[in-house]
Amino acid sequence: MMTYLRRAGAALGHVTLMFGLGLAQLPLALLLLVALLVTFGLGLVFFFVPVVMATRRWTILVRRLTLVTTGVEIPTAYHAEPPPPLRQPDGWYRGGNRLYKSARLCSYNTRWDWAFKDPATWRDFGWVLAYPLGSALFAALPAALVVYGVLRVLRGEPGEILLGVFLGVVGVLIAPTVSRVIGLSIGLLLGPRDKDRLAGQVRHLAQARTEAVDTQAAQLRRIERDLHDGAQARLVAVGMTLGAAEQLLDTDPNAAVALLARAREASSAALDELRQLVRGIRPPILAERGLTEALRGLAVDSPLSVTVRADLPVRCDAAIESAVYFAVSELMTNAARHGQAGRVAVDLVLREGALAVTVADDGRGGADPAGGSGLRGIERRMATFDGTLALSSPPGGPTAVTLVVPHATLDSATRSSTSAKAVAPRWKSVVAGLCFGLFSLPLLPLGFVSLFAKLHHVPDTGWWPWPGLPASFHQWPMIIGMIALGAALLLTAIVLTVQISEAREPGAAE
Amino acid sequence: MRVVIAEDLYLLREGLVHLLRAHGLEITAAVETGPDLLKALVEQRPDVAIVDVRLPPTFTDEGLQAALTARKQVPGLPVLVLSQHVEQLYARELLADGSGAVGYLLKDRVFNAEQFIDAVRRVAGGGTAMDPEVISKLLASNARNEPLGKLTPREREVLALMAEGRSNAAIAQRLFLSESAVGKHTANIFAKLDLSPSDDDNRRVLAVLAYLNAS
Amino acid sequence: MRRYRVAFARAFALLYYAVTGAAQAVTTLLLLIPTFCFGAFSLLPRVVLPVRRSAIRARGRARAWSGVEVPAPYRPEPPPPVPQADGFYRSGRILYETPCVVSRNARWKWLFGDPATWRDVTWRLLDPFVAVVLAGLPLLAIGYGLTMPMHWSPLAVPLGLAVAAAGVLALPWLIRAHALWSRWLLAPSDRATLTGQMHHLARTRTEVVDSQAVELRRIERDLHDGAQARLVAMGMTLSAAEGLVPADPPAAKALIAHAREQSSAALAELRQVVRGIHPPVLAERGLGDAVRALALDSPLKVQVAIDLPVRPDAPVESAAYFAISELLADAAREEDAEAVMIDISHHGPRLRVTLTDDGNGAFGVYSGLGDVERRIAAFDGVLAVSAPYVGPTMVTIDLPHALAGSIIDVPAKMPVWKMVLIVLGHAVGWLPLFPQGIVAGVFKLVGADDPSWFLALHLAEPLQWPTISFMIVTGLLMYGTAMVLSVAHSPDDWESEVSPNIPWLRLG
Repeated sequence: MMTYLRRAGAALGHVTLMFGLGLAQLPLALLLLVALLVTFGLGLVFFFVPVVMATRRWTILVRRLTLVTTGVEIPTAYHAEPPPPLRQPDGWYRGGNRLYKSARLCSYNTRWDWAFKDPATWRDFGWVLAYPLGSALFAALPAALVVYGVLRVLRGEPGEILLGVFLGVVGVLIAPTVSRVIGLSIGLLLGPRDKDRLAGQVRHLAQARTEAVDTQAAQLRRIERDLHDGAQARLVAVGMTLGAAEQLLDTDPNAAVALLARAREASSAALDELRQLVRGIRPPILAERGLTEALRGLAVDSPLSVTVRADLPVRCDAAIESAVYFAVSELMTNAARHGQAGRVAVDLVLREGALAVTVADDGRGGADPAGGSGLRGIERRMATFDGTLALSSPPGGPTAVTLVVPHATLDSATRSSTSAKAVAPRWKSVVAGLCFGLFSLPLLPLGFVSLFAKLHHVPDTGWWPWPGLPASFHQWPMIIGMIALGAALLLTAIVLTVQISEAREPGAAE
Repeated sequence: MRVVIAEDLYLLREGLVHLLRAHGLEITAAVETGPDLLKALVEQRPDVAIVDVRLPPTFTDEGLQAALTARKQVPGLPVLVLSQHVEQLYARELLADGSGAVGYLLKDRVFNAEQFIDAVRRVAGGGTAMDPEVISKLLASNARNEPLGKLTPREREVLALMAEGRSNAAIAQRLFLSESAVGKHTANIFAKLDLSPSDDDNRRVLAVLAYLNAS
Repeated sequence: MRRYRVAFARAFALLYYAVTGAAQAVTTLLLLIPTFCFGAFSLLPRVVLPVRRSAIRARGRARAWSGVEVPAPYRPEPPPPVPQADGFYRSGRILYETPCVVSRNARWKWLFGDPATWRDVTWRLLDPFVAVVLAGLPLLAIGYGLTMPMHWSPLAVPLGLAVAAAGVLALPWLIRAHALWSRWLLAPSDRATLTGQMHHLARTRTEVVDSQAVELRRIERDLHDGAQARLVAMGMTLSAAEGLVPADPPAAKALIAHAREQSSAALAELRQVVRGIHPPVLAERGLGDAVRALALDSPLKVQVAIDLPVRPDAPVESAAYFAISELLADAAREEDAEAVMIDISHHGPRLRVTLTDDGNGAFGVYSGLGDVERRIAAFDGVLAVSAPYVGPTMVTIDLPHALAGSIIDVPAKMPVWKMVLIVLGHAVGWLPLFPQGIVAGVFKLVGADDPSWFLALHLAEPLQWPTISFMIVTGLLMYGTAMVLSVAHSPDDWESEVSPNIPWLRLG
């Protein structure tokens, strides 16, 4: 009881704070209105992006405040910022489908488009304008009740005191509910809609796929180049040397033997290069012994002292094994080169099908994903498998990088990405069922049949259910109302069914 | 004989230089990139150029392009193109101007020094040297060509060797025939393919290649 | 003139469809009651399939009459049930002896679970009303306008003609509006489109990753079994030869010759590997010449027509190359085919490859189509085959954004009316919004006596506020229209192909 009261008291404070937010936002909303009018009315469109960014900063602040005060978490769903324009080889800058001479203009235009086309921008605007006069007033309700109650109490009459206390208690008690409602109402506009979330996932997947395709193409090109410049060239050289040796054999056997030795060296060098290449493609030890042993092999080759601890009861998907192997290899190289580490610990855990790999070193830390240490590359490659990379590297060390790949053990055929199946809430099915069950009642006997009866002046329909009603109620308004009610029930049922079936079995319409 | 070599891999470049020097050819330049090659070809006008198809800076067919450009500026400039792979497309482009003095060989052909040097000399002398693999591909893609189907197996062999750019004498030596027998075969081939016979080796070869390329 | 005649006829047709549609709507409604209220679930296909058929016809009309593309969102029909090894048919956790129950269950699920079914039904119920309003109103206006002169008042003739003309002018637009309304309900919902895209992306991504793994394993094995093995052998031959030089020069010579052959063979094998990975011609010359090279190597007479202004990105290029290579090899297997035509063309960022053979319809030889389809799916490519029983087979590969990275898509020319609207909106929009709208409102609030040049303040008192708000709304609408039109016209960009459909940007 006490804790509930304490919570209610805190909620009272919080909702009052939300009301204060509304008050504070009023001038901001007016400012925004003016800014928008100036932007579009007077054509000062260059105001637009700064206005959008300022609004975003404000709404992000509000989201944080909402989380603290009402406990409702509102994720942001803005489109990813466009990358800064890159100078093409021909000297132009490309923004979308246009070419620009200057990077400035290009970036300005792409950012304008980006801000303008994001529906979240407009929802932000809508919320900023609507909140002060909308739900913010509702947020004032508990505090208003309490204040009003206190005022009543101060009048000193017993009846007034009773009423005042009652109102005050009611005010305190409804505070948590009001707080929650306020939070949800803010989330309604500021939060992402289902569609945005889906669109985000689609974007992510498209990116991951492009990444996978590009990596593959780049790798194949590299192999081709390596073969052309490496093994193939060496083999030609060997052949040439052999030709020369063959000629010299009769005249100068010693020189011929020297040439033969050179050819042999060159051929073993070619072999070596091929082996290197193969190791870069798919280390044989990985195919033969699995991830753990392959990483142990890597540890032995490393100049650092590396310990590998693994708890992998089953083999992972081959592609994932290979990706993780190369990622760990790169991380170890990083530790030696940038982190000046002496010891590295690699830890592999498989839990519920998700593979988690931690590479920790005792180096000097301060690793920065943006600083060209290849972490971004690893992260991107992991993203192909829906994997993530988490980095903890305070200056001074130690550094720990954790890779997590979900569904690492599943057969690749069932390796579906981000699960799309949203479960439709139960109430929807119940309501849909009720609507389907009941719509015929008003529609048919009460609606169409009485309509028919009315039109044909059938004197007594007999089962007309409301004998007590005045005659005029039996007439047109009732009939039309019944038909409308039945139709509304049917439509609700259909709409809910659509929603349920979309949630249950997405897809098909590709 | 003055030779310009274009090859970007040190190992192969040095090998080629050694091989050619050992056979008494003079290397006037050994370059690494396409632009250098073009410059060397146009300025030095060598007796023959030995060119790798793939050269820096783009690592595409830079060498081939440089050779073709040089041949436009210096008509008839003998060029022997070496590559790790052969394409009919490139062979066609080399032969397109119909003036001969071109060669197109796989790099493997360097192994047999004598044959290689022979090819170099042939190209320098205005002849052609086509890789057997190019020719076999040419014949394969002419598989549905009816006149070719009328050739006897021996005639096909002669045709292939002729298309590679060899003289009657060389063909005779290769197939263990007398030169007059080869002459008879070539006459038959020309009759069956409806080509006008010619005594000049080079022109004959070019006619055959043009015939095979036409389809 | 023809346009209006046609629209006139279509309006009547629309009315006719509205009447038949209403009949169908009532039937559907009446049949839905026993279906759901009395549990006669097997009735469902009979209820919704006719609705689906008429929806399909309506989609066809929308396209034919107004050029509005309404994609059909239906899920594919379930395949007929297949018996298990023990002869039973399985549906969920229940086994049946005959296939009919299983098939009925599957069909029920297929129809009931498809949101498109319910969108169709909603459309069926509402469409008669919408159609009657959209097609009936202008017809009424025309009829009314033409009968007005009978009243013999001096104004009646011009007024009546004006009303009739307005009706006639509005007709084509209202027909189009009906098409748009149909699209609103009959096209797949954004959600369905997005989830569909997501599944497609997830599937193709998995395929990319898997095929990559397979490919690398193949390369590894090829290198290991081929070139590497030969190199080892060659090394051994060489050391043997070295030992033999002083004692037996002729034998040594033979060994050296043997080693040379081995190195040749190793080189040939490497060449083969490289060809399978990334053909050198492709690296050196790009798709066009690489396909020409393929054509030259083919035993068929291959005609190649290529229209490619720029090189596509390397991955697409390679996929297209291998796809063509596969198709060409298949075509060569066809017995009576002699000539093949390959046509590579582009349309904006879209790359299209068409391969036509002159064979006699031996479509079966195209065994590699599945592979090709998988290969191009990673680029959202589509494979289409036209293979009549007798006659040439045509295979088309469509890669929708193959050139997106390298080509600038020139947007279609903007129609004049749009241009006019945009210019008008931007140029004149301020007039109603500011002086006549907001400022007038402020003056009214302040209670200024002088109506000055504010139109609204000259009107009678009750009309003032409505006029002011009307002005403001008009101004906003003008700006909004101009903005939306110009944004909707510029093609999507860096996040284009996956950006969700934003309904209010779809006007263009």
